[in-house]
Amino acid sequence: MSWLTPTVVETLIAVAQAIVILLGAVIAGALLSFVERRVLAIWQDRYGPNRVGPFGSLQLVADMLKMFFKEDWIPVFADKKIFTLAPAIAMASLLLSFMIIPITPNWGVADMNVGLLFFFAMAGINVYAVLFAGYASANKYALLGALRASAQTLSYEVFMGLSLMGVVAMAGTFNMRDIVTAQADMWNIIPQFFGFCTFLVAGIAVTHRAPFDQPEAEQELSDGYHIEYSGMKWGMFFVGEYVGVVLISALIATLFFGGWTGPLLPPIVWFLLKTGFFVAFFVLLRAALPRPRYDRVMGFGWKFCLPLTLINLLVTGAVILITSPATS
Amino acid sequence: MEFAFYLAAAVAVVSTLRVVTSINPVHALLYLIVSLIAVAMVFFALGAPFAGVLEIIVYAGAIMVLFVFVVMMLNLGQAAVEQENSWLNPKMWIGPSILVGIMLVMMIVALFASPVEGTITGELIDAKGVGVALFGPYVLMVELASMLLLGALVTAYHLGRDDTLRPARDMNESRQHLTRDHRGTRQ
Repeated sequence: MSWLTPTVVETLIAVAQAIVILLGAVIAGALLSFVERRVLAIWQDRYGPNRVGPFGSLQLVADMLKMFFKEDWIPVFADKKIFTLAPAIAMASLLLSFMIIPITPNWGVADMNVGLLFFFAMAGINVYAVLFAGYASANKYALLGALRASAQTLSYEVFMGLSLMGVVAMAGTFNMRDIVTAQADMWNIIPQFFGFCTFLVAGIAVTHRAPFDQPEAEQELSDGYHIEYSGMKWGMFFVGEYVGVVLISALIATLFFGGWTGPLLPPIVWFLLKTGFFVAFFVLLRAALPRPRYDRVMGFGWKFCLPLTLINLLVTGAVILITSPATS
Repeated sequence: MEFAFYLAAAVAVVSTLRVVTSINPVHALLYLIVSLIAVAMVFFALGAPFAGVLEIIVYAGAIMVLFVFVVMMLNLGQAAVEQENSWLNPKMWIGPSILVGIMLVMMIVALFASPVEGTITGELIDAKGVGVALFGPYVLMVELASMLLLGALVTAYHLGRDDTLRPARDMNESRQHLTRDHRGTRQ
């Protein structure tokens, strides 16, 4: 076994880890679609899907079978290449972002210097999924939904980046692992409370979840940008949205709540608990809040959240300057 | 990383060529996005991940989205494709190709004639290094760029100002002014 050098073994382990994390993210996203319906139902005092399997746990399998065997129809008036490309971008860009999330001290795909920025880059690419879907469908509802979605995402991405700069400034690095270890004394939620609030709002808006789901508003746009999609292409948009929810929850847990750190329990459990808490919070928000008007959403982003993040960043910078020892 | 550099550079060149030769405006923009991502990959391969990620965030993620946005709003359709097709005949290519070819030859000659002043070693340049350089030797450029951006911001604010908030008399005047302008251009 001369080829089984330590480097090869390390590479194989890293590849296996990456595949496990990828599959874990996809399965978590897919399962979430069932969990959300069930949990929403419980909160709204009804049963939800409880027919397939014990407690409805096989509902996901039934949904997937239905989706796979549906006719995968591409409208004749659509721009075929871009129409096919859009769902792939929707899913891939969000899945790639899982690369930077450190799950435990030893688990994680990439340990990059520019970690957090990589997430912003992928979030920026993710806009094209909606934009291209809306354009290629050649449908007025899809186009309007895509226009709304891209304007909303662009506006909210501006201060999503700024809201995390306080965290970056405190840790002194974009590296996610170093950000987690920098929170050993105190979780970022306390000094960066406003950063947390604005990042939460921006995260919901960027994944187009309720109450920021105007791009998909069914009463005005009858589903928005993915109105022409069917079968697995639609399924990819659908799962992509839930993958986005898991991703934002994992990011919040990592950036503001100390990631894998915590007493007694092993790191992986702490990470999953914290992420699960925010996933549940996302679902609860959908159950609790009505959908605001579109212009209010845009106004709130630009007139309230953006100034708040700028002030937060300024104050954070001032505090760091005052407290840090002077270096020449 | 040399292989990655050449591969990404080849992708950038080919996709940029397709930007010029595409007849559908949205397809051309798609190739431009691919080209920008390929340039980001070039930065990664050269050991400047910060510049590479910023390239994707700023150009591919923000500026190109606005381009696609505007093209979608214009709703160009089949007429634009036909017009573009008629513009792309070989006769139109001769003049620009000769001019660009001269410049390409000049650049190649200049590159091979001048002595090599240090090579790229692929050493990692992190965000801190970029920041120290920007606010050290290049601080004047940063200040000038910020002034330029401020000017752009003021202009955008002026263009996007809500006219309905102004007094009615003022608005009538501006409307007359507008119609006069239109007539002037038509004559």
